[in-house]
Amino acid sequence: MKNKLSWFAVPYVGWMALMVVIPILIMVVYAFTTAEFQGTLENFAEMGAYTSVFLRSFRLALVATLVCLLIGYPVSYWMAREGAGFQRVAMALIMLPMWMNFLLRTYSWMSILENNGLLNQLFRAVGLLDLLGVEYIPMIGTSGAVVLGMVYNYLPFMILPIYSVILKLDGSLLEAARDLGADSRRVFRRVILPLSLPGVLSGVTMVFVPSVSTFAISRLLGGGTQMMLGDLIELQFLGGSYDPHLGAAISMVMMAIVVVCMVVMNRFGEGEGEAVLL
Amino acid sequence: MSKELIRLTDCVMAFDEDIVLDKINLSIKDKEFLTLLGPSGCGKTTTLRIIGGFQTPTSGDVLFDGVRINAVPPHKRTINTVFQKYALFPHLNVYENIAFGLRIPKADAKGGKVKLSEEEIDRRVTEMLEVVNLRGFERRRTTQLSGGQQQRVAIARALVNRPKVLLLDEPLGALDLKLRKDMQNELKRIQKAMEITFVYVTHDQEEALAMSDTVVVMDSGRIQQIGSPEDIYNEPRNAFVADFIGESNIIDGIMRADGVVEIFNRRFQCLDSGFGKDEAVDVVIRPEDVDIVPEDQGQLRGTVTSVTFKGMQYDIIVDFYGFKWLIQTTDLSPVGSRIGIKIDPDGIHVMKKSEYSGLFGDYSSYSEEYEEISDASFDPEEEDSGDEE
Repeated sequence: MKNKLSWFAVPYVGWMALMVVIPILIMVVYAFTTAEFQGTLENFAEMGAYTSVFLRSFRLALVATLVCLLIGYPVSYWMAREGAGFQRVAMALIMLPMWMNFLLRTYSWMSILENNGLLNQLFRAVGLLDLLGVEYIPMIGTSGAVVLGMVYNYLPFMILPIYSVILKLDGSLLEAARDLGADSRRVFRRVILPLSLPGVLSGVTMVFVPSVSTFAISRLLGGGTQMMLGDLIELQFLGGSYDPHLGAAISMVMMAIVVVCMVVMNRFGEGEGEAVLL
Repeated sequence: MSKELIRLTDCVMAFDEDIVLDKINLSIKDKEFLTLLGPSGCGKTTTLRIIGGFQTPTSGDVLFDGVRINAVPPHKRTINTVFQKYALFPHLNVYENIAFGLRIPKADAKGGKVKLSEEEIDRRVTEMLEVVNLRGFERRRTTQLSGGQQQRVAIARALVNRPKVLLLDEPLGALDLKLRKDMQNELKRIQKAMEITFVYVTHDQEEALAMSDTVVVMDSGRIQQIGSPEDIYNEPRNAFVADFIGESNIIDGIMRADGVVEIFNRRFQCLDSGFGKDEAVDVVIRPEDVDIVPEDQGQLRGTVTSVTFKGMQYDIIVDFYGFKWLIQTTDLSPVGSRIGIKIDPDGIHVMKKSEYSGLFGDYSSYSEEYEEISDASFDPEEEDSGDEE
């Protein structure tokens, strides 16, 4: 090694090999073998039974990502244009929930959304339930609750990259656009939006990837009816239908799909940003 | 050249208590090349931004073609700007950068919106690329261009909209010396060819003199002098202008009569008149207007204290009765030699005393810089008397 300091990277490289490369290799081996470690493709064939879980996972993850984007972009834009004092407070508020474990936060949502939870009690108190003639409004156990849980947990990962990109935008570019005749709507559409696309792309990635592999949120807020890929995999390793070989195969397919999604998305990012969104 | 296009009347710009512009009055004529010249912080860029619409003056009026435009936003002004660091759009190629303004629908006379056809846009972008010598660069990313090329794109992007006025904020600041000279000629050529009013901001006096029809010298938020480059150089109004534009020896004098000024108790013929009898004045003598003669024939006699070879000429510092002058000469007078000088009447320029009197025009610090190197006991306090050059 030419650079003496590069020796400091050795622990990191070793750690990565031990904790990333080797587990992936183990996963691949499991995915292509039977319980007796005979080579097979049966694990993949078996997955057909779980097509609905795959579809649901991607659908809910996409919806959650979209909702995060629709909430996150305006919030980021607004934050970036305010003063430094406001930005500090807003940032602290966004980060605050993340200082707590996400399971705890998800449990709180359970008690809010339950059939006899805080929200339904509130609806009852204001007479909304009587008005509708129902005992309660079902919220927990729906796909909406799962999406809500994911949006709540992953929204900061959408806001942070978009916010920092918009914050770093060169103010003279906006002045130049105005100088050339663009009103504020056009300045946004033709300059701010295309230049903030890298932030959007990394935000989308950072929300979509954990969303698609979510497991606890879907179980707790989906009430067992909204099984997602993460739950399915968990079930193969820790749950009743113990089959690590099938679990490894599902994990592999999920990883492959996620990688393909990322590659496609980054392709978009490299092209002319404007063409993508306009 | 005669019609007035822009007028600033008593424009004040204040940020909190800080007054950046103090009652600026300025008239800009159609098709002229006007330069706002001054040191950093003098208010020249703020003046430009007021004309461009990026800042609204705290008080005072901005008139364009006789119409008050204080509250008109930049995108509704027929004025375009070349920004200091070009501000090219990094996500667009050269062609799209230039076409940016053309793609925006413009309001027509009936209040509707007119959109240019692709053919029209293409024709005008191509024509502009021709003007700035960038044919063949259409599809390049702006980040792949050199500083000079980016500069040309910025100019093309502004001019393609056929503005009535082009504002340029230190556009050549980031270029190297050779390129600056080329671009100066280039800008002058474009301005003549397109018959557009240029308002140019710079702190480089040579640039201002070389390019402008009118130079506006600014300092501390006030206009110090407005005039042609020749006027500004030959007839500076105060010590600040005399010092900022070129090299000047500025000496205390007394006006004894019209055409007679006394310095160092000797009377000199000059061409200035209209001062009160025995009025104290500042006298400007340019280093190139001094003739060196044998000591006994000189109007003043002094000792050469330093000599610097500058290629075209020698810069020599001469001590006359304790006041150090800069003189430019092609004949070498060695350090320590006694010389005499003669000054023709047209080499002397008399100015009224101003707040800048006594601050500029003494070259004692100039020579002390050299003494500092050889003399370890140099007292840095004395440096305060010198100017900033």
